[in-house]
Amino acid sequence: MKFLKNRKVWMSIVSLVGLSVLMVACPATKEGVGTNDAAAKTYVPPGEHDEFYAFMSGGFSGQMTVYGLPSGRKFRTIPVFSVHPENGWGFSEETKPMLNTSYGFVPWDDAHHPELSMTDGVPDGRYIFINANNTPRVARLDLSLFETVEILEIPNSAGNHGSPFVTENTEYIIASTRFSIPIPEADVPISSYKENFKGTLSFIKLDAEAEEMSVDFQILVPGYNYDLAHAGKGPSHDWAFFTTYNTEEATTLLEVNASRNDKDFIAAVNWAKAAEAVRAGKAKEMPAKYFRNYMDHDTRIAHSEEKTSVRVLNPADVPGLIYFLPTPKSPHGVDVDPTGEYIIGNGKLATVLPVHSFRKMLKAIENKAFETVINGIPVLKYDEVLAGEVQDPGLGPLHTEFDNKGFAYTSAFITSEIVKWNVATREVVDRIPTYYSIGHLMIPGGDSKQPWGKYVVALNKITKDRYLPTGPELCQAGQLIDISGDKMKLLLDFPLDGEPHYAQGIPASLIKDKSVRIFELEKNNHPHAIKSEKQARVERNGKEVHIYLSSIRSHFTPDNIEGVKVGDTVYWHLTNLEQDWDVPHGFAVKGANNAELLVMPGETRTLKWQPQRPDVYPFYCTDFCSALHQEMQGYVRVSPADSDVPITFNGR
Amino acid sequence: MNLTTSPKTTPWTASRWILLAGVLLLGLVYLLPLWKITLDAPQYPEGLGMYIRINTVEGVEANNLNQINNLNHYIGMKPIHPDTIPELNIMPWVVLGLIVSGLFVVWCWKRTALMAWLTIFTLVAIVGLVDFYKWEYDYGHNLDMDNAIIKIPDMNYQPPLFGSKQLLNFKAHSYPATGGIVIFLSFGLVVTALVLEIRRDKTKSSPGEAS
Repeated sequence: MKFLKNRKVWMSIVSLVGLSVLMVACPATKEGVGTNDAAAKTYVPPGEHDEFYAFMSGGFSGQMTVYGLPSGRKFRTIPVFSVHPENGWGFSEETKPMLNTSYGFVPWDDAHHPELSMTDGVPDGRYIFINANNTPRVARLDLSLFETVEILEIPNSAGNHGSPFVTENTEYIIASTRFSIPIPEADVPISSYKENFKGTLSFIKLDAEAEEMSVDFQILVPGYNYDLAHAGKGPSHDWAFFTTYNTEEATTLLEVNASRNDKDFIAAVNWAKAAEAVRAGKAKEMPAKYFRNYMDHDTRIAHSEEKTSVRVLNPADVPGLIYFLPTPKSPHGVDVDPTGEYIIGNGKLATVLPVHSFRKMLKAIENKAFETVINGIPVLKYDEVLAGEVQDPGLGPLHTEFDNKGFAYTSAFITSEIVKWNVATREVVDRIPTYYSIGHLMIPGGDSKQPWGKYVVALNKITKDRYLPTGPELCQAGQLIDISGDKMKLLLDFPLDGEPHYAQGIPASLIKDKSVRIFELEKNNHPHAIKSEKQARVERNGKEVHIYLSSIRSHFTPDNIEGVKVGDTVYWHLTNLEQDWDVPHGFAVKGANNAELLVMPGETRTLKWQPQRPDVYPFYCTDFCSALHQEMQGYVRVSPADSDVPITFNGR
Repeated sequence: MNLTTSPKTTPWTASRWILLAGVLLLGLVYLLPLWKITLDAPQYPEGLGMYIRINTVEGVEANNLNQINNLNHYIGMKPIHPDTIPELNIMPWVVLGLIVSGLFVVWCWKRTALMAWLTIFTLVAIVGLVDFYKWEYDYGHNLDMDNAIIKIPDMNYQPPLFGSKQLLNFKAHSYPATGGIVIFLSFGLVVTALVLEIRRDKTKSSPGEAS
């Protein structure tokens, strides 16, 4: 037994034993939930409503999903930037224009950050905004309809990641470009980055009365990557904060080359001053090509308008517009606490979490405590703006949300945990593991002046063994954690669609009573709407055939159509005559090269159909509308191009 | 009641005031629904129903009548169109006649007039209810069996005049609405006025001269 005297062998045995203890102990901590207690806290009895709405970004699904908390039940996917054959979004003639861009029709995007409109720094439940990352856009969803009603493309932007974050009274929706790019767009060598590439910070104005978003102005900034943003509140109302990384200005292998500097910056932008400068004519009008798409209220038809210019502000022309706050290290999220005093930079490669003080920042500006000046932008001294650092905030801190008791909750991706700390003292008071690799986290109202600090939702990137396996592609998930007590408690795991990034939560009472039940048929101003079955008809106009179709339980009018020919373009204008809650009708016709229509009560939707060969084609209702849903069907006869079958419908 | 004094000098007894209140109360039926029929079914947690008003039939919620008509097409029931019910044109005038003649009774304050008026009031109420029942019977029985989708032999869909009844998946409830209750109250006041008068007559030798 000589080998037992060998120190190395002993060490191995000890560590093996230690490892097995860990392995046994792990599942215990994983299930460290008083399961009965947790079940009671997340149980919403059948027929009862959840306390909160949660709006989850769909990430690479391009959509937004609506969940209830605390149950974690999913209610709906709201199509935003991606086509949605389920209800015809992007397939019906009415909705196609919503996806128009300066690059043409774009059927997909990557949606990261939902943000509720605010009044007085508190979510008001009117609208929710969300960004498209890939082809830069911001969408506005109306929360009485749970529908995307406007999409605005953002010029001079690439990778619209730091977006859309709203100011206290939704004066502006702010957006920053992740990639710096040649501005205006140009064919230049990539190696000319430092000379030719710039970033932009965009300020989108919402004219609530006209229901119109417009890019009010953009601020031209150095060629860094701009990651995330948040607007100030209370004392910092006039300011917005943007994180930067790649201040190294690398173009290749950024994982190494953009991680060299000890500190990057948080850009503090005085947007009130910027708006003033723009009104005073200090911005330059620059040619730009971008689209604004909106859903018309009365007709429910989307329209696209092309914009041709944008106002751009150069910080050098407006002293005091921007200051850089040095922040370790490649910061991701920037979060402002409910009082508006503390600005947290979540340095994803930093070992500490810096908390900047707004008051100290103003003082540093007043005292000109500058480290240096870059392109006319003063860099403030780190120590002069820092309130303090949170020690041991977990590895890979990404985002911070707040409760209403003075605590902050920071997600740490690498150590896969949420760390709770006291905002005023910067002391860590609790931590809880997440399964696995948390990205964003969300407390209802947790980035506003008035958090409803009952729950935090961890939005995890990896689930591995948490659910039944579904092949190599697994769901991403949310975890509901009780934060009402001193100690955080895990209550519930629930799968999410696509990849959840940020989310927003709001008490259901602020939204649910405003929810629209039907569209009033009387007020349907769609040019192809019909108000009764008597108006149902088929009209030929050259090679176009317009079918004015109505649906009501349980039949279409007309349902026998003849006279369509190969080579015709057929428009099925379906009006759902129902005025009853939750009675949509669907429409599908054999061989259609797009999708179905799902038509809400009182609404008109149009499907374009180009039949390829002579036949009799069936069409039917796709939404189980009534006991006689299976009877809700019809035939359309398609004759050869040279035939002389006249247009008739139901013998008329 | 004094049969000799002129109406102008006829004293304002409590009973006369009560009659006036009863007559004026009837004016409320122009504002309030007379009857309410509600339909309960699992798919309609938000409720579905209609009000019968003096001059029209309308949904409890804006689209209810439309919804009810759409549902009724399954059983071959005629759609309810208020325009096709002539009584709804006559009723406002009948009630107006009642009110005007009632005011006349208050003015002249004669017991015979009061009794006559109460009789007319009673008849109007009975005729109204019988007529309402007839319409319910007609809608519930005279079904378009050729086009009815759901046909159940011997089944009728007549809602009750007063009370509740199961009609396929719907439970129909039919009760007076506020306007109907007002009519009952008004009727009660008129009866009270008459009873008070009769009592007074019994205690005084010469009724009407008292007070």
